[in-house]
Amino acid sequence: MPERLTLEVNGQSHVIEVDDPNMPLLYALRDEIGLNNPRFGCGLGQCGACTVHLDGVAVRSCLTPVSAAARGKIATLAGLGTPEHPHPLQTAWLEEQVSQCAYCINGWIMTAAALLKRNPKPSDDEIKRELAPLICRCGTHGAALRAVKRAAETA
Amino acid sequence: MGEPDLTRRAFIAASGALIVALALPDHAAAAAASAKPPLTPDRLDSYLAIEPDGTVTVFYGRIDGGQGLETSIAQMVADELDVPFERVRMVISDTARTVNMGGASGALGVSRSGLLLRGCAAEARRLLLGMAEKKLGVPSARLTVVDGVIHAANDSTKSISYAELIGGRYFDSHVEWNGKYGNELNVTGTPPLKEPGAFKTIGKSFRRKDLPLKVFAKLDMVADMRLPDMLHARMIRPKVAGAVPVSVDETSIGDIPGAQIVWIKNLLAVVAPKEWNAVRAAERLKVTWSESHPNFPGHEALHDHIRKSPVIKRTIQAQKGSFDEGLKQAVRIVEGEYEYPTQSHASTGPACGLADVRDDSATVWTSTQKPHYARDGIADLLGMPPEKVRAVWMFGTGSYGRNDQGDATADAAVLSQHLKRPVRVQYMRHEGLAWDPKGTASVNRSRAGLNAAGDVIAYENISKAFSRLDTATNEGRAAHVLAGHLMGVKLQPELSFEIPKASYDFDHWQLGWEIVPPLMDRASPMRTTHLRDPYGPPILFGSESFIDELAAGTGADPVAFRLRYLTHPRDRAAVERAAKEYGWTPRPGPRTDRRDANVVVGRGIAFRRHFDTFIALIAEVRVHRDTGVIEPVRYVCAHDCGLIVNPETLRHVVDRQLVYGTSRALFEEVTFDANMVTSVDWATYPVLHIDSVPQSIEIHLIDRPEAAPSGAGEMALGLVPAAIGNAVFDATGVRLRRVPFTPVRVKRALAGAI
Repeated sequence: MPERLTLEVNGQSHVIEVDDPNMPLLYALRDEIGLNNPRFGCGLGQCGACTVHLDGVAVRSCLTPVSAAARGKIATLAGLGTPEHPHPLQTAWLEEQVSQCAYCINGWIMTAAALLKRNPKPSDDEIKRELAPLICRCGTHGAALRAVKRAAETA
Repeated sequence: MGEPDLTRRAFIAASGALIVALALPDHAAAAAASAKPPLTPDRLDSYLAIEPDGTVTVFYGRIDGGQGLETSIAQMVADELDVPFERVRMVISDTARTVNMGGASGALGVSRSGLLLRGCAAEARRLLLGMAEKKLGVPSARLTVVDGVIHAANDSTKSISYAELIGGRYFDSHVEWNGKYGNELNVTGTPPLKEPGAFKTIGKSFRRKDLPLKVFAKLDMVADMRLPDMLHARMIRPKVAGAVPVSVDETSIGDIPGAQIVWIKNLLAVVAPKEWNAVRAAERLKVTWSESHPNFPGHEALHDHIRKSPVIKRTIQAQKGSFDEGLKQAVRIVEGEYEYPTQSHASTGPACGLADVRDDSATVWTSTQKPHYARDGIADLLGMPPEKVRAVWMFGTGSYGRNDQGDATADAAVLSQHLKRPVRVQYMRHEGLAWDPKGTASVNRSRAGLNAAGDVIAYENISKAFSRLDTATNEGRAAHVLAGHLMGVKLQPELSFEIPKASYDFDHWQLGWEIVPPLMDRASPMRTTHLRDPYGPPILFGSESFIDELAAGTGADPVAFRLRYLTHPRDRAAVERAAKEYGWTPRPGPRTDRRDANVVVGRGIAFRRHFDTFIALIAEVRVHRDTGVIEPVRYVCAHDCGLIVNPETLRHVVDRQLVYGTSRALFEEVTFDANMVTSVDWATYPVLHIDSVPQSIEIHLIDRPEAAPSGAGEMALGLVPAAIGNAVFDATGVRLRRVPFTPVRVKRALAGAI
């Protein structure tokens, strides 16, 4: 029997019906709510392309059961900022022109956003440690590091 | 594509699912006024249009993999037309709206299609000036254009805009083309292009058009596309290569809502209306597979396998003088052998493709790098004429060559035809790594003959490998995609493996390649194709390491040795610039001062010319003897690709490539056993992470406005393995002969040297 759940995403409540409460949050966000920006990269928690915030903590939505997420506040890149009111990381990402294909962008920006929230002035090593699990195949790592530093300086 | 509101009008349907409907607003006004000319390369309207509001729409028949081509091409057209950059809108590779310019191929976007479109823009400008001449009664020689408005030079009351002249209507004008599609497509007889001194837009660092959409999560990639009534599909792949399904237990997925099996010949998939249910069904489906014994040699024995394998095609691709004669005159012969591994495209996103196949027509949405050819291949697969199939390119994961995206699109087409419903195929991680067509491993043999004075008088470089086109990169036939193999179509492997031209002016030299038979002839996870910079890393690792070996063997400094044999001024300028910026001090052989230290620093250079792009890279690395870890410290790259369209974007393109190339050099190798690829996730196919990025990458652009732009999208990365290897030699006196330079391998090499 489908189960009814309420998800709070980017400040909005969504009632969804799921066939399987263990379904990863990623599929709920993409298929039920139409929030496409967290992307499927591995389904194994190894790359970060699906990263969202759950109660302010960066989590892999490909591994987080939707039933567990229903108890918290979910935020995605689409809820982080807008062109009119960008998050400092979004501004820095554009200043540094970081991304190429950008398939991985959720992982980088959402992971860095969670870091800056709890540690507004991280060292280079702290940034690298936080971003180390993320995969980017275009080679934007160095540019991402520069952008996070820039955002930390301007925030 | 810079026009998400028009072509990808997204709305939330009552079901809550995101639906994307495809509208075709092009020339909506124009269609009423005049008949749309055919989309053929001999029509100016096939390349650009002036909209009623003065927007210039450019129809670009390649793609933008995230390296800024949408922006750079728009700059080139804007400059030639004298319109502001912001007013140019790009339509990228929709086969219903753009002609086939070749897709992504060999970093030819700017150098071929950019110039082609500049020519078309110049022709449009000429026609517009002709129209203005009539309207204003002023000879065109006395007209000037500022921001898309034509002014009479001596009469400020007389002016007319492009939009007023033709906005929303077709030029309906013929252009001469060379009769070739794809990379070779060109238009001739257009007016002369602007001289560099007149550039207003070219040469400026405009920011990427696509990035704000990506940063603010406003861009729908192909994986984000939804169609009404669509089914999600997952492909079912065997655990042993070559095995085909014998029986399928439908009850194993009986309790998963909506899940159903599709089994066509040897192609097996599950579909479901909800994506997670398709994923679950794929995991759970019980399949009995046929016996298969591929007897792969395994990755550790692969290079021995290549060495022992018969040569099915051998080509001496370029030569000067007679290598054999030169060798006879030599008093000393130096030989070097280098091994490059199999590598995967390993895209961040496993491939995704959508198809909506009807009885008599089909549309596919794809991120393949070759949308026009993929259209042809899918038509072949579906048994439809190509003109009945439309391929719409969308942004997606980077492909880095011919990755798996064309395969996923073809799978979607087959499934949609069978099910008579739109289908979205999303590959899983293991498919993205294990089943993409691979970049071939190779064994690179170099030989040189020296005379009594120590001059190199004979030089040979022969690379032995699997065909680079076992899977053709164009995807233009059913035989070139996995679905075609599984559906039993006749295979058409090509035997090709080119090697880069060498610039060193030795008296006698020859460059060649040898091809060995594939490990498995069909539906092989080890099938080989283009991996980004297909000529580069495997061969340059060998050839540029060997040049270094020759330098050390003759007691010469590696920079001085290269300059001794490089004669072309642009070759020399790149090497000299890199050496100067690095602060290179000559040293005839590796350093000997820190042989006992655990951590030792070295520097190495590598150089290449590809087309008319000239690049020298100096890598400084720290070698940790106890752990075998190579730490890239500093890269200095001198880069000359002729005219620079957008310096900032170019700098980024080179920077990202050098990081990517570092990943290929230090980490990446497809592993496999007798049965199957065993590198199936990011743990078993390790790639570079942020903690291994060089501390500094300095890029020195050599701008040559007088020279044609010659491409930059992939040439720099090929130098990284040799530059690092040469730096390790400089640091330790030990030559690395096998990529990737993993800690285990480095330690083994260092131990062997003691």
